[in-house]
Amino acid sequence: MNVRHSSTRKRLKGIAVSPGIIIGKSHLVDRSSVKILYQYLINDKQLHREVERFEAALDKTERQLNCLKHQLPNHVREHAYILDSHTMILKDSMLKDSTIKRILSEKINAEWALKKSLEEIRRVFEEIQDLYIRTRIDDVENVCERILRNLAGGNQPSLADINGRVIIVAHDLSPADTTELNISRVMGFITNVGGRTSHTAIMAQALEIPAVVGLESVTAQVEEGDLLAVDGNTGEVIINPDDNDIILYQERQLQYEKYKSSIAKAGLLPAETLDGHLITVKANIEFLEEVAAVRDHGGEGIGLYRTEFLYLRSRGLPTEEELFEDYREVAEIMSPAPVTIRTLDLGGDKFASALEISKEMNPALGLRAIRFCLKEKEIFKTQLRAIYRASAYGHVHLMFPMISGLQEVLDAKRILEEVKEDLDRENIPYDPQMQVGIMIEVPSAVALAELLARHVDFFSIGTNDLIQYALAIDRVNEHVAGMYQPFHPAILRMIQQVIDAAGKTGIGVSLCGEMAGDPLCIPILLGLGITELSMNSRSIPAIKRVIRAISMEEAKRDFQTASMLSTTQEVKDFISGRMRDLLPDLDIQKHLDA
Amino acid sequence: MDVVQNLKIMNKLGLHARAAAKIVELANSHRSKLYLKKDGHEVDGDSILSILTLACPRGSEVQARIVGEDSEQFMLALQDLFERRFGEHQ
Repeated sequence: MNVRHSSTRKRLKGIAVSPGIIIGKSHLVDRSSVKILYQYLINDKQLHREVERFEAALDKTERQLNCLKHQLPNHVREHAYILDSHTMILKDSMLKDSTIKRILSEKINAEWALKKSLEEIRRVFEEIQDLYIRTRIDDVENVCERILRNLAGGNQPSLADINGRVIIVAHDLSPADTTELNISRVMGFITNVGGRTSHTAIMAQALEIPAVVGLESVTAQVEEGDLLAVDGNTGEVIINPDDNDIILYQERQLQYEKYKSSIAKAGLLPAETLDGHLITVKANIEFLEEVAAVRDHGGEGIGLYRTEFLYLRSRGLPTEEELFEDYREVAEIMSPAPVTIRTLDLGGDKFASALEISKEMNPALGLRAIRFCLKEKEIFKTQLRAIYRASAYGHVHLMFPMISGLQEVLDAKRILEEVKEDLDRENIPYDPQMQVGIMIEVPSAVALAELLARHVDFFSIGTNDLIQYALAIDRVNEHVAGMYQPFHPAILRMIQQVIDAAGKTGIGVSLCGEMAGDPLCIPILLGLGITELSMNSRSIPAIKRVIRAISMEEAKRDFQTASMLSTTQEVKDFISGRMRDLLPDLDIQKHLDA
Repeated sequence: MDVVQNLKIMNKLGLHARAAAKIVELANSHRSKLYLKKDGHEVDGDSILSILTLACPRGSEVQARIVGEDSEQFMLALQDLFERRFGEHQ
């Protein structure tokens, strides 16, 4: 029997930033443990030697950074600028000159003087309003740590000489550290601090190493060589897993590998028809946490970011800052791919606590979405400001839900102008060319599509509500739910009307309802001339498969045939027959029942 | 010879790390000394950290002052860098 130390099993939960499941031995990289000696120096000779020692450490650090830069694998080359900026920080007068000045005037050793310089820079940076610039202090800290290590001299542990395959456990990893990793030896990493958009997370994703960050004190709980089970999909980490854990993790690993290969096949291929027409396939999301899945499934952007979630918590209305941080993160992670943020689509009843609005008899036809926002202008403006501010950090589009006529568009755009003027006055950056579009989901907007198209940059057809309003069907009402029919000839004609109106005016049009994620709807939607679809991430690979199996010419013919049929059942029968020819392995019954 | 000029920041992110790094690069390749000033606060143009502390968003203006023998040529290059939006796409 193999006797192990009586190590205790512990489960931790962190932030999953790079997917994958691994079981392996830990390797602790304790970077914060560079011991600092505080020392007073007595004579000039000592002081000058200390300055020389400091300068030598700077030189050595610069050489290391240059070396790392040249070793960067090709696929992370674009991050080389991080290392360049580190070299500049190294030589910066705020760091270098002030440290030397301190050594000489305060008669202290280099480590101490450097610490003091860092503290001063930190104080200056804490005053900065701009969050992005404020967090650059992390880069300064990384550089200082590197210099301190070189000041200490001797054999500081280097990530380059790791034995065997290990999981790196660290307080934090700097971009330089991550590039220094001997990739073939590293299975993944877990850290105390860090967030979803930290340099380390971005690097880990680029390198395809599973990573969990924000585990708080994992470095204190893991010992060198401990067995670890890490789930980079959920953020779970088990220290010293038992046999059951290991079996479970191996199963998850197998499942994940299977999932990955199936996704990789369909999801990451372009959505191109047999005759070469490219369709843009994007994802609908509700939370920031879903963004990773969008990428994994091959989404080419976010066609609908529903923003209600932050408003539904019990703590009251979200602040501009909270909204901004959330939108900025989504925009940054997806950049340069576009993210379409839909403004609040809630009814007044959801705000009952904050606003004392009376209960409505018929909320679907009540004071909700754009109607509510135009009435509660302050709530609306807070959200618009947050969206505009986020637009400086990626490719953001904005869209208004539930537009029923031109007046609402004009009113909403007037408020937008006010918001922009405020931001200009406050010198807050935003993208002045941000596209502004509307949802087409109320039948009156379909009738007015040509008029509305002249006032907006794009349309997004929300088929869920459009079907409900056009067919006067309440989906939640079991007696009529069966009459909710995407293939209803009236719905197909309405979609066509909207696409034609957009085409005449030359604005973009996409479709973001459940129809977009239903394989059976694809031939007809393509035939109608839709070139952009947005759906649940999970549906993307299946939809791409259908698109890749059909030609635009066939799709047009299918739509012609379908549009001549007069009942939903006839359309359904026709299209399921077609799908059996196109993709024999598709489970059509499942989609018909759904 | 001193050259002074106001420059407008037109790139999307304002004077962030990448843009600041390009200014420092330019400063290091000239003999003259560059100072940047915003809201009455003047900093060294060869210090990436100092430039960051100016926290200039898009649309704002900084005053550049260059002192030294190749100041005019340096100012032209600096102006060009600002106009090219620091080589960023937006």
